[in-house]
Amino acid sequence: MAVVLQFAIGLVFGVGLVISGMSDPAKVLNFLDLAAIGSRSWDPSLAFVMAGAVAVTFIGFAVVLKRPRPLFAETFHLPTRRELDFRIVSGPVIFGVGWGLAGFCPGPAFTALGFGSRAAVLFVAAMLAGMLLARWLANRRWLSAIATPTDQFET
Amino acid sequence: MVDAATTFTPLASLAGGALIGAAAVMLMAVTGRIAGVSGIAARLFPPYADGELAGRVAFVAGLVAAPVVVLVATGRLPALTIQGNAVILIVAGFLVGFGSVWGNGCTSGHGVCGLARLSPRSLVATMTFMVAAMATVFVVRHW
Repeated sequence: MAVVLQFAIGLVFGVGLVISGMSDPAKVLNFLDLAAIGSRSWDPSLAFVMAGAVAVTFIGFAVVLKRPRPLFAETFHLPTRRELDFRIVSGPVIFGVGWGLAGFCPGPAFTALGFGSRAAVLFVAAMLAGMLLARWLANRRWLSAIATPTDQFET
Repeated sequence: MVDAATTFTPLASLAGGALIGAAAVMLMAVTGRIAGVSGIAARLFPPYADGELAGRVAFVAGLVAAPVVVLVATGRLPALTIQGNAVILIVAGFLVGFGSVWGNGCTSGHGVCGLARLSPRSLVATMTFMVAAMATVFVVRHW
């Protein structure tokens, strides 16, 4: 039952990406192009996607987290770390450069597979390879001096 | 290379964003976990620290199936314009995958769930990847 629900939730998430236009890399890149502000090519839509998503999540989390436990788990798994470290800045720099190059972040890359895009297959394969390398490096003891191990509750 | 023109869609984007938020709230209610696509995707591979693999596969399958559902329900699909050659796509994909897992989250985990939880780490991460992405687009398009 939980698995069926998670398919449905992934579906809602993906339909949200498609309806919002965030599944289209061109729309994402036209938002990120700040030098185009004031011209016709700048597309502020992405700010509305973020606003709608954060507002609903902010209210929804407040309601859901008042419950004693999730429907299909013993406890809520919430990240607790608050300190800033090397990884929380260097990771987003690397991610941001890739996002700016292609206009895909991980969610829209998966929905693009459903569009039947062959270019997306290349992107997703490379993305998964990068994820595996980062996950492997994050758990190397010889790197722990500069990089704290992954918090399993963070995404 | 001519950049593809897109149309400003405030209402559709707000509604779609609200659906993304609703999905994040439902995942928290059902599994008690943050809806972070990079974390879910990375954990499709071993080592498996918990028994949640089937749920993660199902979530990603839902993402992939979404455009098909939109097509069946409405009879059409919005545009999908991918620019750049195979080399750029592979380099970009690798950076997106590596950076999102190295930074413990992407647009969904930090940008949506983290900001909604008022997490200082997610705020720093979100501002950092927005600035890095904007700088990259500036270099690619205007230098």
